[in-house]
Amino acid sequence: MYVAVKGGETAIDNAHRLMAEARRGDPAVPELTVEQIANQLGLAVDRVMTEGSVYDRELAALAIKQAQGDLIEAVFLLRAYRTTLPRFGGSEPIDTGDMAIRRRISAAFKDLPGGQVLGPTYDYTHRLLDFALAAGGDPPPAALAERPVDAHMPRVADVLSQEGLIERDRPGEDEGPPCDLTRQPLEFPAGRDLRLQALARGDEGFLLSLAYSSQRGYGNTHPFAGEIRMGEVAIEFLPEELGFPIEIGTITVTECQMINQFKGTKDIPPQFTRGYGLAFGHAERKAMAMALVDRSLRAGELGEDVANPVQDEEFVLAHADNVEASGFVQHLKLPHYVDFQSELELIRRLRAAAIRREAAE
Amino acid sequence: MPETDHQDRRRWMGVLAKAAPEEVAAAWSGLPAIPAYDFLRRPETGLVMVRGRIGGDGAAFNAGEMTVTRCSVRLAGGTIGHAWIAGRRADQAERAAVLDALMQDPARRPAIGRAIDWLAELQEARRDRGAHEAAATRVDFFTMVRGAG
Amino acid sequence: MARTDMLLPGLADPVLDAQQIFRAVLDAMARPGTIVDLPSPPASPEPLDPATTAIVLALNDQETVVWLDDAADSEAVRQHLRFHCGSPLTADPAQAHFAIVGDIRAMPPLASFNLGGDEYPDRSTTLILQVPDLTGGTTWTLGGPGIRDRATLAVAGLPDGFRDQVIENHLGFPRGVDLIFTCGARATALPRSTRVEG
Repeated sequence: MYVAVKGGETAIDNAHRLMAEARRGDPAVPELTVEQIANQLGLAVDRVMTEGSVYDRELAALAIKQAQGDLIEAVFLLRAYRTTLPRFGGSEPIDTGDMAIRRRISAAFKDLPGGQVLGPTYDYTHRLLDFALAAGGDPPPAALAERPVDAHMPRVADVLSQEGLIERDRPGEDEGPPCDLTRQPLEFPAGRDLRLQALARGDEGFLLSLAYSSQRGYGNTHPFAGEIRMGEVAIEFLPEELGFPIEIGTITVTECQMINQFKGTKDIPPQFTRGYGLAFGHAERKAMAMALVDRSLRAGELGEDVANPVQDEEFVLAHADNVEASGFVQHLKLPHYVDFQSELELIRRLRAAAIRREAAE
Repeated sequence: MPETDHQDRRRWMGVLAKAAPEEVAAAWSGLPAIPAYDFLRRPETGLVMVRGRIGGDGAAFNAGEMTVTRCSVRLAGGTIGHAWIAGRRADQAERAAVLDALMQDPARRPAIGRAIDWLAELQEARRDRGAHEAAATRVDFFTMVRGAG
Repeated sequence: MARTDMLLPGLADPVLDAQQIFRAVLDAMARPGTIVDLPSPPASPEPLDPATTAIVLALNDQETVVWLDDAADSEAVRQHLRFHCGSPLTADPAQAHFAIVGDIRAMPPLASFNLGGDEYPDRSTTLILQVPDLTGGTTWTLGGPGIRDRATLAVAGLPDGFRDQVIENHLGFPRGVDLIFTCGARATALPRSTRVEG
């Protein structure tokens, strides 16, 4: 039960002032700018945009500054801000095949058309703390190859599909707009479109642990990282007054295609099945975890046992959102005095009764 | 408007949307006098839901939103210009809408078109540099045979 | 492609103006029978009055489905709705979130609009009824939430039997439609919670 409490206004104001002072830190140290965060903490910005579900680097950077680097609080701030904006409509579906590739690798196919492009990555580093970085200074400029990467790179499914060894997704014939969980409440069973939307904005840590559990035997799906690609895609939108789609900008996205062994059923021959991940910015761990969880959630559809948490749609989707989760966990901090008082009295009565029984025996 | 004109307009609206705000400002300041205009729709920031495709090529799903600013103007002569631009820059949306209207005027198109081409070149150069940087990280993995069979 | 050469301007300040209009509509809904002045938008498409246009610009967006009666339906109105609100149009009153009625004497019965469900009564249609005058008609006495003792309403030009429909609409509470009457730059409201007492 919730009971309104009154009072404490001055204390709350002062607590927020104290918070602002703590956020600023030592005034002798120069203040961080939003531009610095947007440029130099880019991967934090990407995570906040992905889970905040709004692509806007400056807003995400401001949220990180305001939240003192608490990324889940920053996600909350961004989600709250988006509710003040009108929705103009939905974009044309993005074409990741036409991505301006910054990074593109496959752990399954060595000789992928277009090649393996490492791009900016922490892979293959030794994870040694770099004390030179602490001292500051400009890095050497990036190397330039003589020839650019291909403008169009086929997806991994295009490579395997010639022999029919991998399932294909096809756009529906009469495609209505996809379900949108920011407009309709989440209901189960959810379609794959709704699941992917929930996973795309879901908490990276939660999805990472679920994906890990599926690899360790809680719903094993024999995954390979079929392809991971990251780069810029153009966003097309069809304004009603024009009647034809136009590009309204570019955004950076990370896409992951997991390919998974599938033994087949009496209707479907053995083949590779796929899990899909898509995240704003450079968010590879998130996209990979999302793809693994997406594939695990397809267990029912593919006739596999649904016996593990990662395969349980309601468990995964109802608990993936960190704004909802932190809200419900953290509401325990708010006054529950009446609740607690009634429980206290109950415990006292039970104890008194137990003591009387003991005395009687 | 015939189909070829659509293609031209698609191109310049896309170039204006993908340009950096300071680039549009620079192009704007170099233009001959801009005629008077009224707002049909003042610059307004909202959200567009970005859609992806399941598996990259399947049915659409909602991936998350992006901020977009739109603006529509009418020139004194009656020509209407529109802009839809990622981000929250009202000044860029307003300038892009005016430039969209001016580009529809055959007499003004050559001068404005040069500014659009300049913006497109900047974007092409950025994309090209990125493609060369990425290409420098292309790797060939060799499979080593383990054991002697 | 839609013809766009007849486009009219929308609100001068989309955010602040919409907030003012929203506030005025809120006041009208909260105090049934009270006549409120609405800030006039720079232009109104024929045959809409400024008040009707203002409410549409403030409340409608691409997620609100709009139904137009024959009297309110014109190419200019459709274009204005599409361009400024992005609202889809429907020919089925039961699908409408908002209905714009230009001729109240020829409109379908209130019960043919969306009355909302028991789970989601908020999904019912809001009707914007453009009338010849907000005063000078037969006086109704109103009671219910937002009315301390008694309020009155004397909208002119209502057809026979309309009062019975309004009473019927109230009896279905919490389901039912909400009515906003407009004329010129003014409006008054009759939400479903209001009783017509005399």
